[in-house]
Amino acid sequence: MAVATETGTATGGRAAGEGGAFTGTGTLARFMLRRDRIRIPVWLLSVSLGTAATASNLAATYPTAADRRSRAELVESPAGAAFSGPGHGLGDYTYGAMLANELLGFVAIFAALMSVLLLVRHTRAEEEAGRAELVRAGVVGRHAPLAAAVLVVGGANVALGALMAVVLGGSGIDTVTWPGSLLFGAALAAVGLVFTGAAAVTAQLTEYGRAAGGAAGALIAVAYTLRAVGDMGGGAWSWLSPIGWAQATKVYVDGRWWPLVLCLLLAGGLLAAAFALAARRDVGAGLLPPRPGPRTASASLGTSLGLALRLQRAGLLWWAVSMAALGAVYGAFAGDVRDAIAENAALQEWVGSLPGSSLADRFVSVITSMLAAVCGVQVILAMQRPRSEETAGRAEPVLATAVSRTRWLAGHVTVAFAGGVLMLLLAGLGAGAAAAVSVGDAGLLPGTVGAALAYVPAVWIAGGTALALFGLAPRAMPVAWAVVVYSVFVTTFGGLLRLPGWMNDLSPFGHVPLLPGADLRWTPLAVLTLVAAALVAAGFAGFRRRDLDLR
Amino acid sequence: MTASSTFPIEVSGLVKSFGRTRALDGLDLTVRTGEVHGFLGPNGAGKSTTIRILLGLLRADEGKARLLGGDPWRDAVRLHRRIAYVPGDVDLWPNLTGGQAIDLLARLRGGLDRARRDELCDRFDLDTAKKGRTYSKGNRQKVALVAALASRAELLILDEPTAGLDPLMEAVFQECIAEAAAEGRTVLLSSHILAQVEKLCDRVSIIRLGRIVESGALRELRHLTRTTIEAETERRVTGLDGLPGVHGFTAEDDRVRFDVDAERLGEVVRRLSEFVPRTLISRPPTLEQLFLRHYGDELAENGVPVEGAADGRPARDGEAS
Repeated sequence: MAVATETGTATGGRAAGEGGAFTGTGTLARFMLRRDRIRIPVWLLSVSLGTAATASNLAATYPTAADRRSRAELVESPAGAAFSGPGHGLGDYTYGAMLANELLGFVAIFAALMSVLLLVRHTRAEEEAGRAELVRAGVVGRHAPLAAAVLVVGGANVALGALMAVVLGGSGIDTVTWPGSLLFGAALAAVGLVFTGAAAVTAQLTEYGRAAGGAAGALIAVAYTLRAVGDMGGGAWSWLSPIGWAQATKVYVDGRWWPLVLCLLLAGGLLAAAFALAARRDVGAGLLPPRPGPRTASASLGTSLGLALRLQRAGLLWWAVSMAALGAVYGAFAGDVRDAIAENAALQEWVGSLPGSSLADRFVSVITSMLAAVCGVQVILAMQRPRSEETAGRAEPVLATAVSRTRWLAGHVTVAFAGGVLMLLLAGLGAGAAAAVSVGDAGLLPGTVGAALAYVPAVWIAGGTALALFGLAPRAMPVAWAVVVYSVFVTTFGGLLRLPGWMNDLSPFGHVPLLPGADLRWTPLAVLTLVAAALVAAGFAGFRRRDLDLR
Repeated sequence: MTASSTFPIEVSGLVKSFGRTRALDGLDLTVRTGEVHGFLGPNGAGKSTTIRILLGLLRADEGKARLLGGDPWRDAVRLHRRIAYVPGDVDLWPNLTGGQAIDLLARLRGGLDRARRDELCDRFDLDTAKKGRTYSKGNRQKVALVAALASRAELLILDEPTAGLDPLMEAVFQECIAEAAAEGRTVLLSSHILAQVEKLCDRVSIIRLGRIVESGALRELRHLTRTTIEAETERRVTGLDGLPGVHGFTAEDDRVRFDVDAERLGEVVRRLSEFVPRTLISRPPTLEQLFLRHYGDELAENGVPVEGAADGRPARDGEAS
């Protein structure tokens, strides 16, 4: 990175003129690297090592060409294509083709996310916090903060690409070649650069870091959706998406570099636009003026429940849409599943061990268990809200009014727990509807919804754990994540790794009857509900007794 | 102490520790009905901790606290209907406008006087349509002030309520507190703006290291401290320096300057008159001097010269020496 060249101009005091606009870029870039000395390496290592681990896992799961052929048939269906990629090299589905088809698009999302989060953090978020004002008052050119952020984030992408090339190239997996791995890394970096540019533009538009990150994040979603829609159809739409361009390199299959030129051109265009926009605005201001809100509160905003609902409204909406869509994507596989596992002995054995008369029933019970774990994530996230209200000092004025601690907390708990039920219902509806259509059996819809709702007590235990920690040991709240992480691990790998039964019994999700195939047994559900109730009671009792964490 | 149950705030022997830090160390505080009570002390002396115990947000380790005749921890909800609180460091919900936050807080307390709310927004020049995250510190403070003052609560608890306000808004605030006092409401005003306290408060309590070191009516307290005398005399002043109650005596040609304890003032002025003063300036003690008497040693330790402690005595020993 161009770090060394700038100190001369910074001390030379040439504030005016063309060169002056970038004065201090190097110093700022070094400062940003210092701030992110943990964050960037964590991103790079987790993305690259995660990819490498998944790649070697693929090799272990599909040892023979026949296994891979059945996999190719699964991902060739429209639903499979939406989830993976355009399907280059399906005819001879090598490990390399698998990586290119199923992994590249997915990992590209993470490269894009990293770019957006880092860039917004160093540009708009700094301005919003007022720190940029302090920096710009020094001997720092107008464009220096943005230029430094682009250098740092662009550099992180290049480093990510290089690291990816090394770990994949060095993995020794058959057909995962060094030249191919280099192209894989380059494609990843190219997508990251495009979204570095996109975030640089959105950071100029609004005054708020969250809005800038949200807008750029929405662009990532649009790019992925365009690619998914394109790959399900003829592929035309995929050419509108930078992620589609990365997949169009046919890495490990044909290995063509030219689609990446499109990425670089778009990234360059976006960056030029960002700098042009930055020159037209004041420090701290956005190009889109902030909209005034209502001068008075609506009638619904007058109780602690109303407040909790208002604070979580946007989050609930996003989760609701996402859970229904995620359920539908999973459910759409129900029709293909028979062909998919026909020739894979390990999968067949696992599915065969599940209760249920039909294969579709067994598949539904698997996907609802996974969807339920995601709903557990939502409930735990929602239970973080009272804690953040408390530590930010926003609980203090509310609790100084005629609102008891119990009532204040009950508002948040109601939103979180009812939200969990809603998410399970929507995920079940999405999965059930898609499964019913793809199998051609309307009975799967109520069956799937019922299977999902059976997880309500388990999801409440996840939320209850967070609540109990909030009341008794608020600093230990992150421990609640262990419930979900452990459950996901046991659910996902319990069958494949043949884990002992007691490990399954430790997970609250493991006690839920695997509907619709299994019998509906009420005893475990009642016990789970009692456990959740005990956790909730402990949380409330603890919170009534303890001091508030105040600033 | 038969009338004690009628005091809106009555605290005795309050102790509160956070880990190894002893934030309150046997604090006593009494606020009488209808008075504006100044609660003085620098940051970290224990003002906010005291207030948060009174609000039932923190639980005292030892001691007794009564708020409007009730237990601030047990009866929090019932008591909170009758009080309004402005925190020192106001954080608002980023997605709610100032107007929404005011309405919400008022409704949670049990009702909203819309006419009064709108009048206060006008007086404080508050734009209620802006989102919480766009407000400056001063504007966030105004939101909390409007929400509290619009409430007609019988007790106002204000924790450094004007830290971010400009002088114009400070004047509006003082006007509002004077009105509240005229309506017979009780105010506990924690502050370190001495001019504000001097102007508004009937009585003050000075807190240091978690306990009250001085408490009483401002007029009474003034008697406890020293008046500054400056004079030019016909004859050269002699013999004053050693008199009891005279401190920091300096003489230069025909000019003298010294501080004198309140109870010795008459005698010292009589002696001074023997030297035939041409000019005589007497300055009453300010709250600042009073305050510095209790904190002078702390400043002196940090190398800041303090008038009250200029004669070398430990400043908090008071007038007994």
